[in-house]
Amino acid sequence: MGDAYTPGLTVTGSTTVHKTRRLPLPGTVLVKVGDRVSARDVVARTELPGRVHLINIANRLGVLPDELTPKLLVKPGAEVRQGELLAESKSFFGLFKSRVESPISGTLESVSSVTGQAVLREPPSPVEVRAYIDGLVVEELKDEGVIIETQAALIQGIFGLSGEVRAELVLAKGDESGVLDAEHFLPEYEGKVVVGRGHITLAGMRRAIELKLAAVVVGGFAYHDIKELIGYDIGVAITGTEALGTTLVVTEGFGDISMANATYELLKTFVGQEVSVTGATQIRAGVIRPEVVRCYREGEEAPSLDEEEVVEGLAVGAPVRCIRAPYFGRIGHVTELPVELQKMPSETMVRVLTVRFDEGGESVSVPRANVEVIER
Amino acid sequence: MSKDVIDPSKIRSVLATDCGSTTTKGILIERNAAGEYRLATRGEAPTTVEAPVEDVTRGVLNAVREIQELRGRKLLDGEAIMSPQAGDEGVDLYISTSSAGGGLQMMVGGVVKSMTADSAARAALGAGAIVMDTIATNDKRLPHEKIERIRHLRPDMLLLAGGTDGGTRKHVVALAELIQAAQPRPRLGSGYNLPVIYAGNVEVRDDVSERLADKVALQFVDNVRPVLERENLGPARDAIHEVFMEHVMAQAPGYAKLMEWTDVPIMPTPGAMGLMIQTLADQEGVNVVGVDIGGATTDVFSVFDNAFNRTVSANLGMSYSVSNVLAEAGIDMIQRWVPFDLHEAELRDRIGNKMIRPTTIPQSLEELKIEQAIAREALRLAFVQHKEFAVNLQGVQKERSIADAFSQSDSNSLVNMMKLDLLVGSGGVLSHAPRRTQSMMMMIDAFEVEGITELAVDSIFMMPHLGVLSTVHPEAATEVFLKDCLVRLGTCIAPVGKVKSGALCQISLEMPGGKTLSKSLEMGALHHVELGDGELAKAILTPARSVDLGAGPGERVERTLRGGSCGLVFDGRGRRPLRISEDAKERVRAASLLGDVMQLYPAGP
Repeated sequence: MGDAYTPGLTVTGSTTVHKTRRLPLPGTVLVKVGDRVSARDVVARTELPGRVHLINIANRLGVLPDELTPKLLVKPGAEVRQGELLAESKSFFGLFKSRVESPISGTLESVSSVTGQAVLREPPSPVEVRAYIDGLVVEELKDEGVIIETQAALIQGIFGLSGEVRAELVLAKGDESGVLDAEHFLPEYEGKVVVGRGHITLAGMRRAIELKLAAVVVGGFAYHDIKELIGYDIGVAITGTEALGTTLVVTEGFGDISMANATYELLKTFVGQEVSVTGATQIRAGVIRPEVVRCYREGEEAPSLDEEEVVEGLAVGAPVRCIRAPYFGRIGHVTELPVELQKMPSETMVRVLTVRFDEGGESVSVPRANVEVIER
Repeated sequence: MSKDVIDPSKIRSVLATDCGSTTTKGILIERNAAGEYRLATRGEAPTTVEAPVEDVTRGVLNAVREIQELRGRKLLDGEAIMSPQAGDEGVDLYISTSSAGGGLQMMVGGVVKSMTADSAARAALGAGAIVMDTIATNDKRLPHEKIERIRHLRPDMLLLAGGTDGGTRKHVVALAELIQAAQPRPRLGSGYNLPVIYAGNVEVRDDVSERLADKVALQFVDNVRPVLERENLGPARDAIHEVFMEHVMAQAPGYAKLMEWTDVPIMPTPGAMGLMIQTLADQEGVNVVGVDIGGATTDVFSVFDNAFNRTVSANLGMSYSVSNVLAEAGIDMIQRWVPFDLHEAELRDRIGNKMIRPTTIPQSLEELKIEQAIAREALRLAFVQHKEFAVNLQGVQKERSIADAFSQSDSNSLVNMMKLDLLVGSGGVLSHAPRRTQSMMMMIDAFEVEGITELAVDSIFMMPHLGVLSTVHPEAATEVFLKDCLVRLGTCIAPVGKVKSGALCQISLEMPGGKTLSKSLEMGALHHVELGDGELAKAILTPARSVDLGAGPGERVERTLRGGSCGLVFDGRGRRPLRISEDAKERVRAASLLGDVMQLYPAGP
């Protein structure tokens, strides 16, 4: 039925990755097309306008706004220092003086003759954008940034917290039970990206932060624990700015769920290598996924894995992940794509597919909307 | 079909799509041999405005392809919609609405929060926008906080009102200076200035221009509140639509192409839905509340005594925003509607997983029940917000009589549930509920209907499509609306009040064919009486002394009740807000009993 299906998360040993590195405001691009950059290089720089402070000078001096100009001691546009006199008025033959001082160091941007309001702006703050991945600059976005291309292994997660890091990847030891708890994190993991096969507990995540791990990549995490960790509920899935100190990447979803085997096996091949990781997630309007990127150096070959033949789109043979109860998290292959609508136990009439699970081997009918194709 | 001249009499077929935040829904309307316009079929596909596709037309083509397959009629020539219709191929008219990519996101400003700022918000909401924030002189925030907010939010456009014509200058200029200092940037695209529509005191235009003209794309329209006693929202609304098309849509991925395909301008989905609700209220001469619960937002529309209001709850929805429903309502409020025992942590995880996999649908009965529990809270919260917003114009001087002075009510809301005649639901969870009784009970519970209220749902979610069609071909839109879109569910009779003993209300019904029924509605009970679509029953309803059915406490009501696919529901839960036991076992037992009466779910977990 058409070619409508839910595109899934990419888990691949080798692909061409493009990263747009964009400034929040126009600025200076520091590299050019054809340049080779490494992840920590600054590729663009700008200055964010400083914070604004408003003071109603007319009210403070007790004059009308249109009487303000002669009382100003600093011209709009001039730089000011904290405590510097901005305006002064004298009354009763100069006996009484009213003065207004600048509350900040910065610039007196404007003074309104209608409202008597002065706009003071703090000095701009510099913002730098780093390359994040090793690669080649293939496009310059004039005054905004660049697009960098690289050959890399790419593992997308479903949800994450906190922003970009670059560090060496290691595997957590002793999490065979499927649970990554505080005891599994060791002091030598400091500054590293630690991969665990199972789900991480709140105590585990707290311990990771305490030990200053760069990032944790796991199968699952309890939704309730997010609030415990960051102090508020994530209402809509837009993340990446949390100041946790340790980036979290969840590959499967919320709850007691382990990482897909193929994902774990691929991550294993990066042990000892530097990877770029981000927890930034935005499900809506842009679909930003958290990810682990392992860039290959020129001439370096991708690890040889038991990768199966690629099946494009939602077709018989395609590897899929079930993304909703009752089969949430299970992985298998499509064996049938019947056209007719079928009635589910919920009585919903939907288009389904038949999937045979890799583990256990049983076949079940699942709404097409409840699987995602594992992109390779 | 030419874009300039659309002759309604020559339209034989219409293809309409709605690009929602989650799904793109298409319908095909055809004129049959009898000259009637009827829904032929529908199709849908995931919306593709976001990565990795980032082209809205892909989702549109996928939905049209599904229609093509189901109808067995060629509509696409490669990747183009065939138009006009030639023989059995193509369509005469293609129209679309859109709320994808976050819809139209606006900030509004005005001098006094409850006066000009609210008028600006009403203009924006009426145009189909999500109002991200309302800035006002008296909104209790410090100026630098407002500036930070404007800078941070990055709306699609800003509507600035303030002052009646000839009124305050200083406060309006102060607002313009806030915007000037914030140097706001638009949400999409960095190569153009943020559109700002000024619809305030006309005498301050030069001052506003002096401050903003070189920083934003400024345009002037008539004041939304020329005098305190009157709003003039039309010009601002039209300007918003224009800017939406020219700036916002043109920046969204694939929309430039989609705009070329459509025969009339793309309309924001809620704007089109609002048009249909207003038409319905006009045609039937009734007070109507409409709701559209989507994946990201929930829109509520009301027409009471001809006054139209719309609100959008930007973060209440069933997919992208589902976790926000949990955050705002709290787990207990959702759990009270779940008719089985479920551990709180598991419920939270399931809601979180729906947020990150927004396009999934409930396969198991348990999942369906959870989804419908969440929907009740999303609808309830959205309606609370609507009641707070849909008020009489503030700032108008009123004469108060002695009776007013003794009146206990301080509510200024236009929404009076006792006066509500018709409640219409739309959106996936209501339109596609496997049983219509589920939709009816979700609405009764969430809106806490009072007195006698008819309920209906949009059969397959097509009110927005018909709204935009009504701007080109009103007859076709009305015909399809009444015959294929509006599914009448029946009538709910909900006496309000409490009795210590005895019945809440005595019911006497004269059913079609003359059969009579007498019932006693006990406190807490729910009765269901079959009465089919198009059937009427004469009712004599005698509430207990302290109980009200709309005519006053203890007053008897005689009324003809209209049936529907669910019939009549007598809701004896009395008091509003509805009280539900905090004891988990008792709650599950009561929910199961009510479910049994209405046969809400098949036997199972």
